[in-house]
Amino acid sequence: MSPLTKKLGRDLWRIKGQAIAIALVIAVGVLMQVMQTGLVASLDETRRAYYERYRLAEIFAPVARTPERLAADLRRIPGVSAVETRIVGHALLDMPGIDLPLQAQAVSLPDFREPRLNNVYLTDGRMFEGDRPDEVVILESFAKAHGLKPGDSLNVTMNGARRTFGIVGFAMSPEFLYSTAPGELVPDDDRFAVLWMSRTALEAAFDMDGAFNEALISLSRGTEPAEVISAADRLLDRFGGLGAYGLEDLQSDKFIAEEIDGLRRTTATVPPVFMAVAAFLLYIVISRMMQAEREEIGLMKAFGYTDWEVGAHYLQLILAIAVSGALFGGLMGIAAGRALVDVYLLYYKFPFLVFRLAPSSFVIGIGASVLAASAGGLFVLRGVFALTPAVAMRAAAPADYSKSLKFDGTLSGFLDQPTRMVLRRLTRQPVRMGGAIVGIAAGVALSAAMAAILASFDEMMELTFDVIDRSDVTVSFIHPIEARSLHDIETMTGVIEVEPVRIVPAILKNGRHTHRGAISGLVELPRPNRAVDADTRAIRLRQDGIILSASLARRLDIAPGDWLTVDVREGRRPEVRLPVIAVAESLMGSPAYMELLALNRALKEPLRVSGAYLRIDTAHAGEIYRALKHMPMVAGVAPKGDSRAAFQEITDRGAGATRYIMALVAGIITFGVIYNAARVAQAERARDLAGLRVLGFTRGEIAFVLLGELAVVTLLALPLGALGGYGLTFAISAGFSTDLYQLPASFGFSTFGQAMVVVVAAAVLSGWVVKRDIDRSDLVLALKTRE
Amino acid sequence: MTRNTFTTRNLRKVYGEGPAAVHALRGVDLEIPEGEFVVLLGASGSGKSTLLNILGGLDRGSEGVVHFRDKELSAMSDTELTRYRRDHVGFVFQFYNLMPSLTARENVELVTEIARNPMDPGEALDLVGLANRADHFPAQLSGGEQQRVAIARAVAKQPDVLFCDEPTGALDSTTGRAVLHVLKDVNEKLGATVLIVTHAASQAAMADRVIRFGDGAVIEVTVNETKLTPEDIEW
Repeated sequence: MSPLTKKLGRDLWRIKGQAIAIALVIAVGVLMQVMQTGLVASLDETRRAYYERYRLAEIFAPVARTPERLAADLRRIPGVSAVETRIVGHALLDMPGIDLPLQAQAVSLPDFREPRLNNVYLTDGRMFEGDRPDEVVILESFAKAHGLKPGDSLNVTMNGARRTFGIVGFAMSPEFLYSTAPGELVPDDDRFAVLWMSRTALEAAFDMDGAFNEALISLSRGTEPAEVISAADRLLDRFGGLGAYGLEDLQSDKFIAEEIDGLRRTTATVPPVFMAVAAFLLYIVISRMMQAEREEIGLMKAFGYTDWEVGAHYLQLILAIAVSGALFGGLMGIAAGRALVDVYLLYYKFPFLVFRLAPSSFVIGIGASVLAASAGGLFVLRGVFALTPAVAMRAAAPADYSKSLKFDGTLSGFLDQPTRMVLRRLTRQPVRMGGAIVGIAAGVALSAAMAAILASFDEMMELTFDVIDRSDVTVSFIHPIEARSLHDIETMTGVIEVEPVRIVPAILKNGRHTHRGAISGLVELPRPNRAVDADTRAIRLRQDGIILSASLARRLDIAPGDWLTVDVREGRRPEVRLPVIAVAESLMGSPAYMELLALNRALKEPLRVSGAYLRIDTAHAGEIYRALKHMPMVAGVAPKGDSRAAFQEITDRGAGATRYIMALVAGIITFGVIYNAARVAQAERARDLAGLRVLGFTRGEIAFVLLGELAVVTLLALPLGALGGYGLTFAISAGFSTDLYQLPASFGFSTFGQAMVVVVAAAVLSGWVVKRDIDRSDLVLALKTRE
Repeated sequence: MTRNTFTTRNLRKVYGEGPAAVHALRGVDLEIPEGEFVVLLGASGSGKSTLLNILGGLDRGSEGVVHFRDKELSAMSDTELTRYRRDHVGFVFQFYNLMPSLTARENVELVTEIARNPMDPGEALDLVGLANRADHFPAQLSGGEQQRVAIARAVAKQPDVLFCDEPTGALDSTTGRAVLHVLKDVNEKLGATVLIVTHAASQAAMADRVIRFGDGAVIEVTVNETKLTPEDIEW
């Protein structure tokens, strides 16, 4: 083995602490990149494979009631490859021991054959027998949430009639990856079930003999869905078609697509920021390390080693650190990606998983960090090459401090010599010190930004559940009912306030921008559930137009004063034009608000409501829930606490979950930077410090000289890091925001305080490690050998 | 007639510029014949180390001409200077300048690896009496031993010229004599021209030629008819 190779190995061993810190900074950057892209690719691929294997329809065409013969007409639409018809209906479950009525969707499957489209995956038990209308297969996640087993019975109210079914099996379906009860924003396994039953059973329950109320359509390759949708709408119109829609508007798919898109957006914004910070740090650390090697470089040149040979030697050192860090990060990224995908698998209810590593991310991650490291090294080596090798011949000349701070006049009385050493060193090389400050500031910024992101999630919850929605319970009805029917609820014991709401599904259009959503009709000055402006003041709902949430207005590219086209997808399905009168703040969903009377007028209907917000005395909650369970018009009851918990779970386990990993990574990077800064300072000053010890300075005084510098650099980095963190927060929060929720960029004192704690802890720990080394170092040796 | 290893004409070296400029060499004219043992004497700051650096190809003069044999050093490119150092020159520094992360043998190998006609590293260490310490790291060696490793490293490539900058400056008399002995051996056995820079005048007694330096210029060149051995010189 050549002596240079041995030198390389031993040098690496000597600087192992620093090398590990640098490699770790690189590793976490690459880890993020590989993990995130792997996650996106895996989820995307798994979803695609799942949809394909269980033949999920591409178009859903709900209708009031259509004779079965229309299926043949649908099949004849050009571009349609398969059609399946079915009956879906709303059901209420009465679970023993639970006061709340639970919502369910009943879905028919053909009696004696597999469905052509929207097949289900049986996870336990068996499929119902075609001639047994009392058997039911239920959604696995609901069954598990309630500890049900095949063989148990289930009380179901459908179309006003209560019946008992025997559970024979559990199933999953790509159609219900995410299952959200009607009128609720967030999926919750506990509170929503899907019941698969024989066609015969549901024909009987919903009075659909020889008819269907939903057609499922798949397309032949290359067919434009929009054309088929219009054709289906034309066919179904006279039977009460509610508007066919594509897969992308299926609620479950919308949700998961949004999650994957959110992850993809986070992947596109956050890891590059982390990698850039890591690369920058690497550059600073490596350049300082190379400075410390100047004498050895001079010596090798004196022996006749060429610039190229010397450069290659040091490049190997840098690459050894960078490549091992990047490889380690890559492997960890794969492991972390796999682990996370397993978590996601449970969460998204995929029956199988296609794990996919995006090889490009591996290459990009490793390439970028290695490049950054080499660039840092080369930049410094270039300066070193310009030196004549004579520097090696000279005993280390004292560094020239003549241009640094002078202490005369009043100051000199206050400053002792060690303090002057610290101050002079800081001012002698402002560029190098500036680099150290900026490096630590980058770490501070990253930590501060991630702390801000964690806080933003809390703020979003607070705004949504404490400021906007102050109700305790949301009740929704099977059909819009007359407003005066609310009287029955108002008079229940424990009900403090009841406020009606009318939610109408609608397609909002502005030019080529469309949004399929709903309009909430509220009273003029709502109290429990309000629209608020940017300063969280309640907005009074006027009768002369519609109010859009900020995210919706952005998506529709519309401003107050413009006219919006509303294509109502309920009742008579009118298309109306309304002026936008205000924009409201909302961090969750994309709501649109109208005054209740004005909405009903626009619908050309008498005053009807589809639900109500209740404020209740929680002591009577059980009583109220039991009473609601027995009201035939009630479709669902959603206590806010449950919704809040469900939402918290979404942000903690879905795309938002990566924020915890990112915060950890930010902490590691910050720590790595500060540790390196301390180590480099120590290496640069070992001889000076030993000299001081020889002169009789105590260990404490020596530590002051070295750590004083670190302390000043760290203190200067804090405000700079706060500024950087403020900027980063906006970039990262945009990356985390999804269609479902918008993350506010909230950068406050407390988040900066958290980052400061990380930084100060890192500084204290690094300082301690370095001081320990100084204390242990051999004085004479430090003076004799160059290092 | 022996040819000259080095010839300089009007060699000048200025560090810095303007009023802060330091004139390290103020026009040096010198001839050093091949195979001689030469001692450069002078006080601190007299410019002798600067001259050594320029002759060794570590630095360049500001003005004037330097020849190594029939090649003009002062006209060489960086690459050619590197080649020159690699093929012809060995260095011994006052502060040894061993690579702390390499053992004695590996420090020697660092040079033999790139030399044209090196001797065996073990042989080189034997020459300085350190064959039994070959696997020790610099930190495990005394100052004299470190300096002997540095000499072994310098002679292992069988250089044409050996430059030594205060080679005994950090050593006691016994160790210092041993080091001088090794240098003398190298001069006699390998036929290398040896150039020693020192401010210890007594060492001049063992040289073929003594060049006295003062204020950046040659003051006097003397040729010794009789030379003392290292054991006989005063310390």
